[in-house]
Amino acid sequence: MATERIYIFKRFERFWHWSQALLIITLMLTGFEVHGSYTLFGFEDAVAIHTTAAWTLVGLWVFAIFWTFTTGEWKQYIPTMEKVDAMMKYYLTGIFTHAPHPFRQTTLRKHNPLQRLAYLFVLVIINPLIWFTGWAYLFYNDWEKWGFGWLSLEWVAYFHVIAAFMMLIFFIAHVYLATAGHTATSHIKAMINGWEEVED
Amino acid sequence: MNTRMKKIRNAVFIFGWLIPQLVSATTAAPAAGNEGAAATAAPAVSPEVIEEVKKINGSTADHAKFDELDQHFNDGTEVTEACLSCHTEAAKQVHNTKHWTWEFVNPKTKQQLGKKNVINNFCTSVQSNQTFCSACHVGYGWSDDSFDFTSETNVDCLVCHDTTGTYKKIPGLSGHPNYEKMEWPPHSGKFRDGVDLKNVAQNVGKTSRKTCGSCHFYGGGGNAVKHGDLDSSLDEPLRYLDVHMDAKGLDFSCGKCHLSDSHEVSGSRYTPTASDTEGKLIRGAQGDRNPTTCVACHGNSPHPLAAESSAKLNSHTDKVACQTCHIPAFARGSLATKMTWDWSTAGKLDEDGHRLQIKGSDGRDLYDSKKGDFTYERWVIPEYTWFNGEVHFTLFGDKVDGDKVKINDFQGSADDPNSLIWPVKVFRGKQPYDIGNETLAVFHTAGDDDSAFWTHYDWDKALTWGMNAMGMEYSGEMKFVETEMSWPITHMVAPKEDALTCAQCHAVNGRLAAITDIYMPGRDNTPLVDKIGWTLALLTLVGVLVHGGIRYLMHKRG
Repeated sequence: MATERIYIFKRFERFWHWSQALLIITLMLTGFEVHGSYTLFGFEDAVAIHTTAAWTLVGLWVFAIFWTFTTGEWKQYIPTMEKVDAMMKYYLTGIFTHAPHPFRQTTLRKHNPLQRLAYLFVLVIINPLIWFTGWAYLFYNDWEKWGFGWLSLEWVAYFHVIAAFMMLIFFIAHVYLATAGHTATSHIKAMINGWEEVED
Repeated sequence: MNTRMKKIRNAVFIFGWLIPQLVSATTAAPAAGNEGAAATAAPAVSPEVIEEVKKINGSTADHAKFDELDQHFNDGTEVTEACLSCHTEAAKQVHNTKHWTWEFVNPKTKQQLGKKNVINNFCTSVQSNQTFCSACHVGYGWSDDSFDFTSETNVDCLVCHDTTGTYKKIPGLSGHPNYEKMEWPPHSGKFRDGVDLKNVAQNVGKTSRKTCGSCHFYGGGGNAVKHGDLDSSLDEPLRYLDVHMDAKGLDFSCGKCHLSDSHEVSGSRYTPTASDTEGKLIRGAQGDRNPTTCVACHGNSPHPLAAESSAKLNSHTDKVACQTCHIPAFARGSLATKMTWDWSTAGKLDEDGHRLQIKGSDGRDLYDSKKGDFTYERWVIPEYTWFNGEVHFTLFGDKVDGDKVKINDFQGSADDPNSLIWPVKVFRGKQPYDIGNETLAVFHTAGDDDSAFWTHYDWDKALTWGMNAMGMEYSGEMKFVETEMSWPITHMVAPKEDALTCAQCHAVNGRLAAITDIYMPGRDNTPLVDKIGWTLALLTLVGVLVHGGIRYLMHKRG
């Protein structure tokens, strides 16, 4: 099968992706420890690492948001239902039989329609939930002062944990689907050097 | 000088200035960063500070040079008379204190408290037993209700101001020390010389851990018995036992924190300051804030910001008392503290009708016919409770039913902004209860008469006498009820390296397992969320593995 190489992910995008990956893995590892699910770093260190990683991620996102809007890349996340059914069908059957991928990546459309929906879900559901509850957690002592005295730590923790589980599930699926490119490693390579192999 | 030489000279000057600047800039930064680490390795306080603290104890008067004290004294009241000839207002001041009146009215609850009024679950009650209990009264001669609380010469100056360590008030002598040689403890074969009052009087000075401790370390009938965080190991403690009283370090006296004015000593167990959000107490500050708190010196953000986690630790101070983390255990000195006292087994005698005393391997009483069964513990992990400083006592005459009585009840809850989580020693016991009168009973313990329990082991007689002394007729029916009494733990402050770590509370079955009205990360969760969350994550994982497996197999088949 003939292949073509196209430049998909720019340098900042790749840096963003991998540093974010590292931070999110760190946050999940330490977060579930703080939650009491296991002992790894020790509670005190887990809290310290979790807090530092969270603020670092916030910093990274400030840059990412700036980059996304100044480059116009935000358009990559506009949801579409077009070909969603074809994508579903591909993952359920076509992928096993080497059927052609229903979506063709281009520099202007980096993400397949399922990806768009998934990232949008992360962007508008998981992230706001985890960030706002996380900030509430961090500023627990200032609730009264800032007029949030009605908040309860139990509910903040409740939603933070729900969001964390959603992130974990996203993470598992995301890592797996990274192998579902033209070849098992083509997506991963693209995220390393920027160049994606696509079917001609 | 030509221009070239000038240039060279200027260059040398500039470098000569610049290089030291650079060196100091590069070396200063790591030094600041290391502060936290260095502080934990070595004692936190420099030798100069320690010396300065010690100097403050110097006095401007040598009492050995006073003619008034250069005489033979027949008893303590004569010494007091001599003291008052200069310190004219001292006795009046003492008359106004709890140390003298043994009375205290809680301004909020209006409960009549003080040693005179409360019942505890150690020796239970002062009433009818003053001859013995007044060994810890700052007075002479209190043996019964006829004691003259207005007499100035009845004030005992020496028990607090002795520096010789030879002045000791003996239970049974109504607040007097022994002036003549006597056997002590009774029937021990050991003898105490009579006190040399002149010597003691000529060597008076400031109060010390030893003078305060002569009563407060021995509460409840013996060394280390009552409080758990106060015992004679604090006479000369090492740093591990108490960072402030460390005899080789800061060497604080009790009065360093329990600041006194006009003989009124600050810091009260009846109305403790459980929470103070006002920050450090600046000298000269107006108002009636209690100076005897951690906050009064350390403020509300006591953890240095250089150290990691300090921000989080500082933010704990709105809910957690300093003592909770910094006193990881009490009775950390050389002595075990009494934890339980069961009066219901008292009175058992051997076959010859003699008192039984059974001692444990550490020399502590396990059973005494006079008192019943005890247990002692060292290095005790406190219990923890919300506390806002308000204590409700179960007093004599209060109608109580059931078999469990809280002698004092610490108020507070997570919702109460004045409450902090405090460590407490909970002392548990069984003690007499008057069924007919539905009240904790007062009984006559010690005395050379026909009713004292310690002489006759007869509850009916002891109760009849004791209840009568309280102005109530004993109903004739008694039982033993289980009682609990809480003592706030605030002394024996450990070095910071021995403070609790986060996970000692933030864990399932951690230290704060009994504090259930707050959500604690690391301890609490919503089981349903966890169950569903982990299940879905696992299903996703299985799903992708199966999907990947099929892909792999199909791929191999070509």
